[in-house]
Amino acid sequence: MTYNRLIFELSSPGRIGFELTQQGFQDGDVSTPLDTSLFRDSPADLPEVSELEVVRHYTKVSQKNIGIESGFYPLGSCTMKYNPKINDEMASLDGFRLIHPLQPLSTVQPLLKLYHETATMLNEITGMAGTTLNTFAGAHGELIGLMIMKHYHELRGDHRRTKVIIPDSAHGTNPASAMMLGYETITLPSKDGLVDIDTLLPFLDDTIAGIMLTNPNTMGLFEKDILKISKAVHDVGGLLYYDGANLNPLLGIARPGDMGFDIMHMNLHKTFSTPHGGGGPGSGPVSVAAHLVEYLPSPVVTKVGEDYTLSYPEHACGQVGGFYGNFLVMIRAYSYIRTVAHDLMNVGPNAILNANYIKESLKNDYKLVIQKPCMHEFVFSGLIDQSTGVKTLDIAKRTLDFGIHAPTIYFPLLVEQSIMIEPTEVESKETLDQFIAIFKQIAHEAKTQPDIVKTAPHSTPVGRLDEVFAARFPTLHFKALQKVEQK
Amino acid sequence: MFKYLPLTDTNRKDMLKVINVSDVDDLLIDIPSSLRLKKPYAILPRLSEHQLRKHLKANQGTVLESYRGFGAYEHERPAIVDTLSSRQEFLTSYTPYQPEVAQGTLQYIFEWQSMITELTGMEVSNASVYDGPTALAEAMMMAVNIATHRRVIVASPLLPHVEKVIQTYAHYRNITLDVLPSKAGLIDINALEKAMQEPFSAVIFCYPNRYGNIEYFDRFVAAIHQQKALVISYNDPFALSRLKTPGSLGADIVCGEAQSLGLPLSFGGPYLGYLATKMDYVRKMPGRICGYTKDSRGERGFVLTLQAREQHIRREKANSNICSNQSLLALQATIYCASMGKQGLVKAFDQATQATHYLAQELVKTNLFTMAFQAPFAYEVTLTYVGDTEALENGLLQHGYLLGQRLDDQRVIFYCSESKTKTDIDAFVSLIKEVHHDL
Amino acid sequence: MSEKRYSPSHEWVVIHDDIATIGITEFAQASLGTIVFVDLPNPGKSFKENDIFGVVESVKSASDLYLPVSGEVLEINEAVATNPELINENAEENWMIKLKVTNPSEFAKLLSKEDYDALAK
Repeated sequence: MTYNRLIFELSSPGRIGFELTQQGFQDGDVSTPLDTSLFRDSPADLPEVSELEVVRHYTKVSQKNIGIESGFYPLGSCTMKYNPKINDEMASLDGFRLIHPLQPLSTVQPLLKLYHETATMLNEITGMAGTTLNTFAGAHGELIGLMIMKHYHELRGDHRRTKVIIPDSAHGTNPASAMMLGYETITLPSKDGLVDIDTLLPFLDDTIAGIMLTNPNTMGLFEKDILKISKAVHDVGGLLYYDGANLNPLLGIARPGDMGFDIMHMNLHKTFSTPHGGGGPGSGPVSVAAHLVEYLPSPVVTKVGEDYTLSYPEHACGQVGGFYGNFLVMIRAYSYIRTVAHDLMNVGPNAILNANYIKESLKNDYKLVIQKPCMHEFVFSGLIDQSTGVKTLDIAKRTLDFGIHAPTIYFPLLVEQSIMIEPTEVESKETLDQFIAIFKQIAHEAKTQPDIVKTAPHSTPVGRLDEVFAARFPTLHFKALQKVEQK
Repeated sequence: MFKYLPLTDTNRKDMLKVINVSDVDDLLIDIPSSLRLKKPYAILPRLSEHQLRKHLKANQGTVLESYRGFGAYEHERPAIVDTLSSRQEFLTSYTPYQPEVAQGTLQYIFEWQSMITELTGMEVSNASVYDGPTALAEAMMMAVNIATHRRVIVASPLLPHVEKVIQTYAHYRNITLDVLPSKAGLIDINALEKAMQEPFSAVIFCYPNRYGNIEYFDRFVAAIHQQKALVISYNDPFALSRLKTPGSLGADIVCGEAQSLGLPLSFGGPYLGYLATKMDYVRKMPGRICGYTKDSRGERGFVLTLQAREQHIRREKANSNICSNQSLLALQATIYCASMGKQGLVKAFDQATQATHYLAQELVKTNLFTMAFQAPFAYEVTLTYVGDTEALENGLLQHGYLLGQRLDDQRVIFYCSESKTKTDIDAFVSLIKEVHHDL
Repeated sequence: MSEKRYSPSHEWVVIHDDIATIGITEFAQASLGTIVFVDLPNPGKSFKENDIFGVVESVKSASDLYLPVSGEVLEINEAVATNPELINENAEENWMIKLKVTNPSEFAKLLSKEDYDALAK
């Protein structure tokens, strides 16, 4: 039986889990305390449990998850590389963790310096001129990147730029971010998985604010016409936005800035090894070409002589978060870059080799959409032999029975039954061979015992979950759950 | 060879053979040679783990004996918050898109959502958002989405960095933000009544507010709802352990910064935004939501639900572009609330409030300070100083103390956490007297 | 009662006097999968031809509902609003909204059953 008790169910009235410092006040020390008429009628129904009960509970809860250290995690476009422990250790230093964001600048010079150095190194790696680390996640970076695009055109007095071009292979955050900025999205159909310059040209006019591209794209292919595309977009006065989700294979190979991109975001929790945390915190730094540096959001960490300060430039696009972004995540990325250093040049090539090895090893069982070398990831369109009705969802669920996380499924949308695999550079050949064997076995099972695949997973903490029920009868907190289970 | 790059030359040879190319370079078709990097990145040189430790330990910030809050609050943090949340199953796992192997994450998100509904008195919470200020920006956009008028009124004085963020979002979303002046550190009722005469989608309230003052908004709710607009409340969830819940006062959307629920100060991040609302608005709420269901074996389980609203499905028609949450921080806050418990969180509030009231009292007794406002306050209080606050701040810094946040040349807002003892505060007050005399 | 006509976006319309009854097609419900929620407008609201008048949501998708003919909403089908699975059970009978038609000529522009069936293949 899988442990599935909620912390509230372990409650026993009167139990406490923590001891606060005794303050030593006596009755009457405070002559005018806070008026109790302002108090809520009864306290929040938080659990009442002892410390050991909390520890056991969350330990057992954690055992229902798999992390990168549990096994292979080939999620396409997520770059699930190893999260080095030394980075976590550095992020836990008191002189980072216990620092208030509004301390006088004289007491935080080393922190501002680390921010500045990280930004400078990211500039070098991306080929851009300025970087902000104030953005909290990839989607947040995209939003701010588009704010910069909009701000740039606004300040030029150009109000005709109402549209953004986005390939149909793009991640959903791209059109969502464009919509948030009030842009109309033009969806560009891909040709052989790529942006086709002839398809693009008719859309290019002075109503285009810019184009958002991922390179390599979500099919794992390098946009070979990128230089032509960037010239064409610049020629009509538009800007190029780079979605850096797939930056990993470019490490050691090429830089978005050199391709003509004006604005980009990257993901520290993908390319730069910071932990995903089950869905956050991430960090989505935004980098820009020289002509856009003045539009980066405030506050800007600025070097003045040998000192560091925070500036609020006149043309900054705004302030996009409370303080300076996810600082402790940045410390992890800094530690990663300092640790790997010149071996960053080998990250891209190794990631590409690993991906192509898996692709070539499985192409006789799974349907390859694009018959040419990929970069760090590639897409299958389900099994070659789909005669027994085994779908991508089933394959993904069966993968879980082997102790590894399934690849990305049903994305990109332009591929039917898509399975997107990204091994990253950290995996050994032995791990890849193990994965290849598992996927071959599943292909075999799909032919000989399809039911075992269609009803998978069998050995995970829970079986397939009723998502229809969850959406139809949303039960979103403990007291609601109690009502439903009582029925 | 490198410790994170396991492929050996033999491995490479074998793999290239399978791929049927002689070199990795042969795989880099389509990349123009003009783009290929010709030399290594010009970045700082490699540090071993040993060197990295030495380097960063020598480059830390100065930890101070602090009386500053203003949107970032130090609290006593149980040791187990870090030990439990650093388990690799929590720390290194991905978003729960394969829920069968992510019940751990989904379960704690469900517990977090439950705790937020308890603290706020609202019907539903999401899985968290980036931070307090962006949570308020999302709430503002959600309200405009529901009530359609592109105008939102800010009635309570908000923290400056919160205001700057919502102004940025409002600008790019073509929303007019009407930030009303405050009166004696509280809502200017005349200004609010006047502002409500033009169409609007929401009014934003906040308690405790920028000055630490506590003012409830219930008397305005009927008029706002009559105009088919929404009430948004921005609250520190630590305060909601004791103060009346915004839900009980009639709020439609509640949000804020949950760093105060057991997260370290972290020089500003990562922090933790929360967002809660009524079930009527659940499909308009941005961000991830975790729901209860059963699995194929009839057992209890949890899944991300109502995803059809989100960016990966609706794309340009999504409520927001937000993709991730602050999962690990939500876990830390959940563990914190579980450890502190029903009684403990209230006790922490009472202790912090008692310490702050004592500090205010003792500072006023020195005749160097007067109360800036005549309003109720909890753990933050604004006082007016007879001298120059910057000089006082510098003087205290020499002794390793951090003055409360300077609002201007005369006023300071002080914060006492629940860990400040009577002795600590007496010593602080003495030091202030000493520093003041030396100025 | 008129014949049933269809829009290319998979809605069907029947008109009686000048009241239109509107729903989504069998093809639409099959593509959506189990419907978990329908968002319908309040009576009294007016729309033009091709306006989005609501959303139909399944677990994996949310599709906009496009109005085949202009009009003012008179009634929504409460049974369907409470139990959206009714649409999966019988999409062609379980209607969503009734509308007072403002421009009857728009009806003729819609597709006949044969034309729609050809499209939906």
